[in-house]
Amino acid sequence: MKGLYYEDHRLGATATIGSHEFTREAILAFARAYDPQPFHLDDAAGAASLFGSLCASGWHTVSVCMRLLVDFRAAQRVAAAARGEPLPAPGVGLGVRDLRWIAPVRPGDVITYSTRIESMRETKRPQWGIVGYRAGGVDQHGRDVLSFASQGLVARRGR
Amino acid sequence: MDKLYFEDFPPGEIVEYGDMPVTAEAIEEFAREFDPQPFHLDAEAARRTIAGGQIASGWHTAAMLMRMNCDEFLGRTASQGAPGVEALDWLKPVRPGDRLRARRTTLSARASRSRPAVGVVEFLFEVVNQSSQIVMTQKGAAFILRRATGEAAP
Repeated sequence: MKGLYYEDHRLGATATIGSHEFTREAILAFARAYDPQPFHLDDAAGAASLFGSLCASGWHTVSVCMRLLVDFRAAQRVAAAARGEPLPAPGVGLGVRDLRWIAPVRPGDVITYSTRIESMRETKRPQWGIVGYRAGGVDQHGRDVLSFASQGLVARRGR
Repeated sequence: MDKLYFEDFPPGEIVEYGDMPVTAEAIEEFAREFDPQPFHLDAEAARRTIAGGQIASGWHTAAMLMRMNCDEFLGRTASQGAPGVEALDWLKPVRPGDRLRARRTTLSARASRSRPAVGVVEFLFEVVNQSSQIVMTQKGAAFILRRATGEAAP
């Protein structure tokens, strides 16, 4: 994508935003802080659950997606700045639809995240557009583990 | 306290709970790991952004709701996780100094077609701040074991 403003986005455009290995330590740390359910903390409890083994909190897997997206956009901003382009004001997320935790993410799994632009619309405010993405995560075996649609504000270039 | 099963979540029930203080330190700790954008990390830089001041990552607010849910009921519920979330909306900014609570409405409850031991309970969660503003809503289903076929009732 050349340029980072709303007008530079294209429906259907896809991007691979990065990969992340979920270590046992990170899975346990997230679960202790935010989602202390037994199947996120303990091997025996995980084995006895519907998941069949210890697995990451779904909120951990979506939060890592956010991190990779922020890093991906930051690299795009560095590249745009190096080309001498103006940089848009960062927008904020508005919400999520149809978030699906399709398969458990277990210690040692490496998830590769990607995005596809699903919708674009202008708002009443001339400085912002709304871009809708479908984000997905696939594990090292090619299995889908995560999918969600998100909408966020993206700055318009304007005139 | 007694363990909670599918049967303990009647449709129409509304419960409020939680008192989660939101500190700048907690906002920044989450943001450093998962959402390192200027309006989450830096109060000064945040003033010059659309946020108009430091705000929590929306994913952090979702994580704080999860924590309140675990502390209030999931920790003693025969929970088997969730298939996903139908809708998650960030309606108002969450800022340092806020205190959040949760309001849970049970929308529906039904048996799983494929797994008779499991019930599917659909919840609406509203995260409410100290000024009674709804800052986030989350709607989705959870898997909870049925008492009849789950562990023995106490």
